[in-house]
Amino acid sequence: MSAAPPTDLVPVTIDGQEIAVPKGTNVIEAARRVGVDVPFYCYHPKLSVVGNCRMCLVELGQPAVDLATKAPVMDPVTGRQRIDWIPRPQIGCATNVTPGLHVRTQTPQIKACREGVMEFLLINHPLDCPICDQAGECKLQEQATGYGRGYSRFIEQKNVKPKRTQLGPRVMLDDERCILCSRCIRFCKEIAKDDVLGFTDRGSYSTLTCYPGRQLTNNYSLNTVDLCPVGALTSTDFRFKMRVWFLKQTPGIDPESSAGANTVVWSREGVIYRITPRDNDAVNDSWMADSGRELYKQVRSPGRLAGVRVAGTPAALDAAVAQAGELFRAAAGRVAVVGSGRSSVEEQWLTRRLTEALQAPAWLVSRVGEGDGLLVSADRNPNVRGALVTGLIRSLPTQRLDELTAAIDAGRVTTVVAVGEDLAAAGLTRAQLAKVKIVHLGTAASPTSEASAVLLPALTLYEKAGCFVNQQFRLQRFQRAVPGPAGAHDDLELLARLIGASGGAVAPADLAGVWREVAAALPALAGRTFTTVPDLGLALDPAPFAGLPFIEGPGLHYTPAKG
Amino acid sequence: MPAPAERRIIFKHIDEPGYTPDLACYLRHGGYASLRKALGMAPAAIIDEVKKSGLRGRGGAGFGCGLKWSLVDRKSGKPIYLVVNADESEPGTFKDRYIIHQDPHQLLESIMVSSWANNVRQAYIYIRGEFPYGARILEKAIAEARAANLVGPNVLGSGYSCEIYVHRGAGAYICGEETGLIESLEGKRPYPRIKPPYFPAVLGLYQCPTIVNNVETLCHVKHIVDVGGEEFAKIGTPGNTGTRILCVSGHVRRPGYYEYEVGRITLGQLLNEVCGGPLPGRTFKAIIPGGSSAKVLRWGETFTLKNKDGSTRTLAAEDIPMDFDTLAACGTMGGSGGVIVMDDSVNMVEALANINAFYAHESCGQCTPCREGSLWMKKITARMVHGQARAEDGALLQGVADQIAGRTICAFGEACSWPTQSFLAKFGDEFRAYPEAKTAPRPESVPLA
Repeated sequence: MSAAPPTDLVPVTIDGQEIAVPKGTNVIEAARRVGVDVPFYCYHPKLSVVGNCRMCLVELGQPAVDLATKAPVMDPVTGRQRIDWIPRPQIGCATNVTPGLHVRTQTPQIKACREGVMEFLLINHPLDCPICDQAGECKLQEQATGYGRGYSRFIEQKNVKPKRTQLGPRVMLDDERCILCSRCIRFCKEIAKDDVLGFTDRGSYSTLTCYPGRQLTNNYSLNTVDLCPVGALTSTDFRFKMRVWFLKQTPGIDPESSAGANTVVWSREGVIYRITPRDNDAVNDSWMADSGRELYKQVRSPGRLAGVRVAGTPAALDAAVAQAGELFRAAAGRVAVVGSGRSSVEEQWLTRRLTEALQAPAWLVSRVGEGDGLLVSADRNPNVRGALVTGLIRSLPTQRLDELTAAIDAGRVTTVVAVGEDLAAAGLTRAQLAKVKIVHLGTAASPTSEASAVLLPALTLYEKAGCFVNQQFRLQRFQRAVPGPAGAHDDLELLARLIGASGGAVAPADLAGVWREVAAALPALAGRTFTTVPDLGLALDPAPFAGLPFIEGPGLHYTPAKG
Repeated sequence: MPAPAERRIIFKHIDEPGYTPDLACYLRHGGYASLRKALGMAPAAIIDEVKKSGLRGRGGAGFGCGLKWSLVDRKSGKPIYLVVNADESEPGTFKDRYIIHQDPHQLLESIMVSSWANNVRQAYIYIRGEFPYGARILEKAIAEARAANLVGPNVLGSGYSCEIYVHRGAGAYICGEETGLIESLEGKRPYPRIKPPYFPAVLGLYQCPTIVNNVETLCHVKHIVDVGGEEFAKIGTPGNTGTRILCVSGHVRRPGYYEYEVGRITLGQLLNEVCGGPLPGRTFKAIIPGGSSAKVLRWGETFTLKNKDGSTRTLAAEDIPMDFDTLAACGTMGGSGGVIVMDDSVNMVEALANINAFYAHESCGQCTPCREGSLWMKKITARMVHGQARAEDGALLQGVADQIAGRTICAFGEACSWPTQSFLAKFGDEFRAYPEAKTAPRPESVPLA
């Protein structure tokens, strides 16, 4: 990643406030910088500008200059250079700042413009906020309150349009609510590269629809729901489930691949209702894949592990840890640890501590898929680079755990600690699982959990906090959204106790403690603490790992290093 | 004062007995001599002549043709396109169609001259979908001209090559808006583009510099080359040069098209003398002088206009010269030359309901004020004529129209709100009286929303 090139600053005056903004900034963004709100619907900083909603109309002016002499024309009243205002209001979204530009957003004309657009947008809108999922996060509601007249002069029949169009498996359309801003159309065309949406009919009867014979099936379709300023596009998963104002927002990270899209986890009273993208211009802009939004369902999945077991029998945690210690002593020198690219940096650090205490080799399970060039990368682990940074592994994981299986077959490994991984999914046969004693930290029932000698239920991503290092070597933090189920334990606590049971030095069982260790031990994280990791992540130096054959192809904001 | 004689330049051969649209006939009448002459001139010299001619656009806005050409970005290295706007859709306008139907080679010759002048290698004629016959005539004419080496590669051995393509629209008024037309030509929905940055002269067809000219405007270019810009500028009045075709429709005895020097004939001369006056027993009431979107004039109203020296003069509606500037000074426009005449049999509320229905149907739906406002105005006037008028409807219509004009992406916002604004300004009493007038509604004339 290279630093942004120095930009030319352009002086502008917005509602009397002077500010210098980078060249190429539009009036909406420039106004935002001085705290002036220019309302809009169709504009989106990551999409092309179409200027169709007309909500961002502002008055523009330039300092007056005598055409013949080029000398400034002074205003005798104020003694300053006169401003020549363009009589017609102009849209802020399509107007980039020019030196000396003057902007007025609080004049009677602009007030009338906004009231007019609000009235027009509402005359054919169903006003069904009481049953609309968008209520509470609806631009139409917010701006009607902020900029509307508060009453309607419309007494005619409203237009009738399709109310429930299933655009695709995850997106439902209510055409009557649509304000025809075309954000969804532009997103599909420009970002998802899946040009399936368009308008039919014309004028006020214009109707959003899929092209004939097509569906909105792409893996980014739910971004159209996020983009929709009104309740026209809703998520079939979320609609009618919960009022948004009841929901708590917790920052998260999409764990489905090393792209590490930033997310918001929306929950209420310990239940997650949806996951949406969190803006991060260095990683995922305003987008995330649909596939990452459903992962919260693992929290309440039927196969969730919720009780410590020793050899299949419910047991107390102390007894289970003691039993693990017994297994470690019995198999001294023949223990192996399988770590996970899905574990957090903190967990990986403790996993490394465990391997050192056991003097055991560590493997990492590899998961590879096809990268989509956007926000799902080929490496389907969120944190393989974290394992490198923490020193849990020194080379990239291989496709299969061949060395481990050979060692098991040969009897060189008789006990395996599986941290957050199902060994069967990683390629071990049931016979191999049966041949070894397994200490397993996991969240979901699997062949490994069934075969475990010691089963330690752990937490899912959404029930704990930690950090991932994404493909850009960007350290990104996720927070705990909901509490874990009874019977499950924090991974850090479990790992710390296993380290204790293996005879290692006392290990910290909480984030702050782990960070005190890593800050001291790892140069890349020197002086850092968990709480001071920036909300938008911390770029680590990738240089120490430059030679490794990373598998990710180009993605949004990611270009593979030339090897 | 008697009306001056018609001066037919563009329509010289229209309706002439024995004049046919084929190439042979056109050549017999001296056709393509202007192209030969133009090919012997430097392109810049032709542009210069067009500038000197003072030719203004006949499509609606009256923008200077030479100025339009001079704004074209010639340094981009991209090809320059010429697009002929033959999407003649403004209600009340029917001039381009006759050029295309009866004298297509006049248009083709002018296209070739203009293309040579502007280094254009591909020209498109965008013809409205409702003109299938015209499109066939043009296709045939282009084939004839190609066969005669007047269009296509190495025109008349000059080494200059230019192709002309005919593209048919699918039937939308908005395709007459030049950027909407360009979008349509590119195969998209004809959503007019935002300006800035998409000025056709810089970022037009396929994001290349593009000239969009109306059929009638372009046909003048050939004649400018014939006589020279200065000579052409002597036709008409200063600042309003050349001739223009006035399409008179509605309540006159002799509706039709008439070609006059711009500004040399007044509205009264045109209607009373040329068109034979009102129908028997009727009197004129309202005139829309430049296509349905132009603001209406009340017959008998007077205007106080400023002279150049700062003094003022009074001008009656019937004394308005049919030029660009005076009509603009009177608050309306020459527009597309479609003069729509309404007499005292017309109820202005019903007339507006008709116009509003058209604009609501034709709004492309891209930007909010026009999309929602045009249909709202239609719904109001349709309700009024269906016996549910309220005293406050006039004020409401005014309020809606005022929320549209000046706030939209393209000029359709003005086109759809000017009728309402001007009908209310000139005939507001009819709107106020309508609820009580209990005029028998004529449902068949106005579709209900």
